[in-house]
Amino acid sequence: MINFFRISFLLVIFLGFQFSSNADEKIEYLKTDWSFKGMFGKFDRAALQRGYQVYQEVCSSCHSMKYLSYRNLAEEGGPEFSVEQAKAIAASFEVKDGPNADGEMFMRPGRLSDKFVMPYENEKAAQAANGGAYPPDMSVLVKARGGGVDYIYSLLQGYEDPPAGITLDDGVYYNKYMYGNKIKMSNQLSDGLVEYSDGTNASVEQMSKDVTTFLMWTAEPHLETRHKMGFKAIIYLTILTVLVYFSMKRIWSRIETKV
Amino acid sequence: MSEHEYTPKSKVGKWFNDRLPLLTLANHLTDYPTPKNLNYWWTFGGILTFCLITQIVTGLVLAMHYIAHADMAFQSVEHIMRDVNYGWLIRYIHANGASMFFLAVYIHIFRSLFYGSYKSPREVIWIIGIIIYLLMMAAAFLGYVLPWGQMSFWGATVITNLFSAIPLVGEGIVTWLWGGYSVDNPTLTRFFTLHYLIPFLILGLVVLHIWALHVPGNNNPIGIDIKKPSKDTVPFHPYIVIKDGFALLMFMIVFAFFVFYTPNILGHADNYIEANPLVTPAHIVPEWYLLPFYAILRSVPDKLLGVIAMLSAILILAALPWLDTSKIRSAVFRPLYKQFYWILVADVLILGYVGAMPAEGLYLLVARIATAYYFLHFLVVLPVLGFKERTTPVPLSITEPILGGSPNLAAVKKRDSFKDQ
Repeated sequence: MINFFRISFLLVIFLGFQFSSNADEKIEYLKTDWSFKGMFGKFDRAALQRGYQVYQEVCSSCHSMKYLSYRNLAEEGGPEFSVEQAKAIAASFEVKDGPNADGEMFMRPGRLSDKFVMPYENEKAAQAANGGAYPPDMSVLVKARGGGVDYIYSLLQGYEDPPAGITLDDGVYYNKYMYGNKIKMSNQLSDGLVEYSDGTNASVEQMSKDVTTFLMWTAEPHLETRHKMGFKAIIYLTILTVLVYFSMKRIWSRIETKV
Repeated sequence: MSEHEYTPKSKVGKWFNDRLPLLTLANHLTDYPTPKNLNYWWTFGGILTFCLITQIVTGLVLAMHYIAHADMAFQSVEHIMRDVNYGWLIRYIHANGASMFFLAVYIHIFRSLFYGSYKSPREVIWIIGIIIYLLMMAAAFLGYVLPWGQMSFWGATVITNLFSAIPLVGEGIVTWLWGGYSVDNPTLTRFFTLHYLIPFLILGLVVLHIWALHVPGNNNPIGIDIKKPSKDTVPFHPYIVIKDGFALLMFMIVFAFFVFYTPNILGHADNYIEANPLVTPAHIVPEWYLLPFYAILRSVPDKLLGVIAMLSAILILAALPWLDTSKIRSAVFRPLYKQFYWILVADVLILGYVGAMPAEGLYLLVARIATAYYFLHFLVVLPVLGFKERTTPVPLSITEPILGGSPNLAAVKKRDSFKDQ
């Protein structure tokens, strides 16, 4: 047994060493109490629904969400809008379909099976409309940034006047959490920008938290299932390990050697 | 090999076994006499077999949904993560499985280094193991390219470009590897094919590795030759099977923790950005298990020499049975080697650390010293140590490990004085 403690101890040391070497950024991000962190972490449904509202009203005019479909909004473990609500959301978008029998492309209201409508025709159009910078797709954005949710949450609140000595070009803004501090997206959030239907006060902090929660879900739509299944798997493995340990002791007791 | 001939009890069994001796093989595997003093470091062979099978099974499922095309690979991985039933689970097991595989293989290799398992008569087992390790690195690298994220693309660019260091034909080889003038769709499709092929080569080599092991039998913590079967051995089944099973379960708990709670911590965030040939990431870093070799590569200022140093760092291991001149296998009886062993472990960990850091200033200096020491260990320390080191007395058998209590004390002393001469 002692050997096992030694093995696991070395494991922890080694992996800890590994993580610390990956953490190359030393900026202190703003922290908040994420409901989805930890072994039993779950999404806050209301926050996801509010987050969708912020995404829809603020971000989606520039940022696409190409891996999501409207049906996802009604699926378990997500914002869990009712199917009717999700259908209504989908129908509020115009989707290009076709070609029809005449060979023409045509517009029709969105359905649950449609992917989220893209804000721009293509990447070049997106760049042209945003001073040359391409607003990244938001589907997996949280996982594509080193600091994850804390980084996005901080960035949204990180706009400041540039310190003396730093001059910014036109269309470039100062953000203390951005890599290199220069960002082409202007400050998007201001207090009371959206009107939450559940009456929550739409402070910048609240909106940042809600939209980041929403982005965590878009990046990891099965997070809740994963946490639940992980707990069961580890409990199962632990019980099995204990049983096998005692069987092993019993079997090895036939000979003098200790195991 | 078991001493006695095996004959199946049933008539049908005998009829079949005479034509294809599978039952003899099964009997050999269950009876296989194993030293009874093996510690838990010896359980990683079984764990590695589990890792290989896991990678193959999850890989097969992933391949059913993955699309090896530069325009669709990233999207198909997201499709697996979102829409395939339990696709996220399969992919996270596969991605973290690679890390777990390397974690286990490093423990397995360092166990071998500590207890001298590579020494005569086990050189062939060791060399097959090194080939497996090389193939594992190739498979891991090729697999990391498949999601077609930024690190996939730029990692592939950096590693394939290493071949351009070869004089005269280097550039041609790189173009040939790419199937074009940059990493692109032809590169992706061939990498996918090779990534699919290599695990089966590894599987074949694992069979040879185990076959070669079963000829001399296992080494053991005190590193002496033992009679088989004898009081020093136990049959593989049930003793070793249950012990390996217990260790495997402990390993699976750690594995499950990564898969379910921190599935992306061992990966790089940039690989969730789709590959873009026009944007180079700020730092291009390989996966953690390749970092020590990456550090060696970058510590040499010349590209060709850097590549040679990196390859030699791996290939030098194959020569280890002849570089280590000591007749004593286990480090337990080699007080000096034991210290150098832990220095080597620290050296490799340091190389891994600086491999993740930018190659400049202090990091580069440390990388150079650590690289130099790595080679010094194998080329100077080990050969010299075999002649200079004063080893402590080795017991004659496992059942009599304490020298004072051994009825064969005279024999032990005689052998020791013989060695000192």
